[in-house]
Amino acid sequence: METFWFVAVALMLAVYIVLDGFDFGTGIIYMFVAQTDEERRLTLNAIGPVWNGNEVWLLAGGGLLFFAFPKAYASGFSGFYLALILVLWLLMLRGIAIELRSHLDHPLWRPLWDVTFSVSSLLLAVVFGAAIGNLVRGVPLNAEGYFHTPFWTSFLPGPEPGILDLYTVSTGILSATVLSIHGAYYLAMKTEGDLYQRAHRFAKVGGWVLIPIILLNLLSLKNVQPILSANYSAYPIGYTIPLAAAVALGLMLYFGQKGRDTAAFFASCLFILAGIGITAWGYYPNLLISTTNQSYNLTIYNSATSAYGLQVGLIWFGIGFPLVLAYTIFMYRSFWGKVTPASLHESY
Amino acid sequence: METALFYDRLQFAFTITFHYLFPQLTMGLALLILYLKSRALWTNDEHFNNAARFWIKIFALSFAFGVVTGIPMEFQFGTNWAKFSELTGGVIGQTLAMEGLFAFFLESSFLGFLLFGEKKFGPRVHWMASLMLFLGSWLSGYFIMATNAWMQHPVAYTVAEDGIFHLTSLWGLLTNSWLVWQYAHNMTAAVATGSFVMAGVGAFYFLSNRHTDYAKTFLRTGVTAGAIASLLLVFPTGHENAKQVFEHQPVTGAAFEGLFQTERGAGMVLVGQPNMETLTIDNPITIPWGLSLLVYDELWAEVKGLDAFPRDEWPDNIPLLYYSYHIMAGLGTIFIAIMVPAMLLLWHGKLFKTKLVLWGILLITPFPYIATTAGWMTAELGRQPWLVYGLLRTSEGISPLVHSGNVLFTLIGFVGMYFLLGILFLFMFAETVSHGPEPQNAGGDAPVVHSPY
Ligand code: HDD
Ligand code: HEM
Ligand code: HEM
Repeated sequence: METFWFVAVALMLAVYIVLDGFDFGTGIIYMFVAQTDEERRLTLNAIGPVWNGNEVWLLAGGGLLFFAFPKAYASGFSGFYLALILVLWLLMLRGIAIELRSHLDHPLWRPLWDVTFSVSSLLLAVVFGAAIGNLVRGVPLNAEGYFHTPFWTSFLPGPEPGILDLYTVSTGILSATVLSIHGAYYLAMKTEGDLYQRAHRFAKVGGWVLIPIILLNLLSLKNVQPILSANYSAYPIGYTIPLAAAVALGLMLYFGQKGRDTAAFFASCLFILAGIGITAWGYYPNLLISTTNQSYNLTIYNSATSAYGLQVGLIWFGIGFPLVLAYTIFMYRSFWGKVTPASLHESY
Repeated sequence: METALFYDRLQFAFTITFHYLFPQLTMGLALLILYLKSRALWTNDEHFNNAARFWIKIFALSFAFGVVTGIPMEFQFGTNWAKFSELTGGVIGQTLAMEGLFAFFLESSFLGFLLFGEKKFGPRVHWMASLMLFLGSWLSGYFIMATNAWMQHPVAYTVAEDGIFHLTSLWGLLTNSWLVWQYAHNMTAAVATGSFVMAGVGAFYFLSNRHTDYAKTFLRTGVTAGAIASLLLVFPTGHENAKQVFEHQPVTGAAFEGLFQTERGAGMVLVGQPNMETLTIDNPITIPWGLSLLVYDELWAEVKGLDAFPRDEWPDNIPLLYYSYHIMAGLGTIFIAIMVPAMLLLWHGKLFKTKLVLWGILLITPFPYIATTAGWMTAELGRQPWLVYGLLRTSEGISPLVHSGNVLFTLIGFVGMYFLLGILFLFMFAETVSHGPEPQNAGGDAPVVHSPY
């Protein structure tokens, strides 16, 4: 039962990263690839009808975590207090920027929101990467299962780490790179003309930059958190996940070279899913790893709610989740296809 | 030095009060937009479609602000109220997770259709989208009220030895008796906000002689819905809410009515200032027997005053609680005094000639926001000193390791951020209203901006 909810939470968050990830990516490259006002509006229209729905995956994932593993939710959210509030502020600024930018035609208004959108997207991508880095590296949980970390202490991982150290910064950079390529392929898939050309070129070059960054991360991983490999040794079938990630990455680069952006985008989706899968497989059954004492780890067993709660949740999850999938697929199918300058005048 | 608890409370109160300014408008408008879209579909009259489009724009604006201010609410349970989340997550996590899965997805997906889909999918799908949006936003309200109702009146739980609350019946949680009237009252208040704003914009156009056709539609719709909602707010929903407070939280009721001494045939204080030194009401104007009659339907019924309860169970800010309640109830009376005559004038075809009433409708526009905020302060301050009524004290709910300096920092940040957001919202609202509801591409040659992005 606990395992089911672990998978459900991980899945919701993984889908969140895949979907909102291309919004972030689009935001990161926005200032570079979209240069005229019309191009910027096209870019925003490419994510416009879906970005809010994408963000709901985060809320629903957080809600599921709260419901199934209240202890881990409480400990994690209060432990990363400042970092999470900063994430909130960034999410707010980004949402407002997308929604308000084109409402007013004024030479100061639009650039202001353009920069806000771009910078908040970049920071969010870095922070989410660093967050995964923090989970992997572990946090200084005490015997009651709580912790509190400052932003930084010393930059080398140790028993009392800050949120940012060399390792988590490197995962942040990895995440920003992956997501900007992801966003670039999305944009290439959705646009034409100059905008398409620039997005496509960005994604192609980005793909090669990515490889050394990944290797660096993999190398440091073993030193930072050795216990992640335990599950892989115990159940070698898990090695199919990194394999899938490698294949997806290869496909992405291949399709990118061939100019088949839609296929490359889907390969990138798969790559991100597998990337999170790698972590989740190694992490199970932990929800938070302690840097001070392994016996303080929060696992799906010591932080789950009652058996009745978990079971009754299956009822609404069983109804709700297919509905959510149906809306999401329906939405994406309805707005499928390239956004064109003409389509800017279709709605109101 | 103030404690972390103080800042935690202030931050939660501030952020949720600000958040709720937006959903109340969107939930109210969702119903009115559904009505306008239905009229348009029924009569095939483009006039109603244009009217609906205008309000969908306002809806989308308010929705966007509702979304960005709603996200912090969901996070704050964990960031600031970790102990509370740990202990009660097994119960209220259910409703919060269901809200995400059922309501938020519905709303955010179908808003896309409402904004982008009219040309592409035709009037029926567009009408459907407005129905879905209405369902989504009212469902969202339902789940969040279920959460709050459980904190006010806990049901369907057991407490384990380690203090953790466990759910015993999901059905019981969703059909909490407290929820029925609280939900009805709160949603009626949302309809009041939506319709007062619609009528107010109508009055503004009408009095300034612009878009008169649309002004009339807005006024007709807004005044009718506003009058009905105002009546329902006081009776039965407000009245029943007050009764259930006296039944389950008698000390809260005594505090917001300003009843310090237990009395038979207790009077109802209309005006007066609670004096916490002498524990009396200064300058009282009371309706004799009013309170006994209201709560127990009997002139001589005994109503328990604050003196019947130990002091550490009194709500900790009685004057503010008392004023909030009186502001809400007082405004409720004023709403009826304006909207019901306006409706009667409308029926007799005289509303559009009675400038004075139109001015009244224009000026009353912001007041449902004040009444609603006061209402929430009544509910939340009245619940004090409990987080979960009678079971978990507010002081026991905060995050153990987040210290006051951190919370003060984020509180200041939220205040600054929301100040900015508030200005932006008002600015964009004024901008949209000054554009007006006329279709904008009528014959012009310059390409007009249609897409919202
Ligand atoms: C337009 C807004 C509005 C108006 C005119 C009224 N109310 Fe109200 N009231 C609300 C908006 C509201 C609210 C914001 O929607 C609350 C907060 C919590 C809730 O469920 O509804 C509320 C709560 C609330 C509570 C607290 C319930 C609790 O402790 O949980 C009581 C006792 C009343 N109301 C009673 C009344 C009475 C007797 C009214 C009329 C004379 C009245 N309300 C008018
Ligand atoms: C599901 C809905 C809600 C939940 C779960 C909830 C929960 C809470 C919590 C945890 C606190 C902090 C502890 C405290 O000081 O009492 C609080 C306080 C408060 N909330 Fe709510 N609340 C909800 C709805 C609302 C709404 C919609 C409003 C107003 C618009 C509101 C207004 C307040 C206020 C004013 C306080 C401060 C009370 C004080 O300072 O003592 N609440 N609420
Ligand atoms: C502590 C309490 C609350 C939390 C955690 C919360 C959380 C949220 C979140 C995360 C969103 C954004 C959803 C999206 O992305 O679509 C949102 C929007 C919304 N909230 Fe709240 N909220 C709270 C209080 C309330 C209350 C008391 C109501 C109404 C009774 C309410 C009604 C809505 C509605 C209708 C929306 C949709 C957006 C809109 O219409 O503005 N919320 N809320």
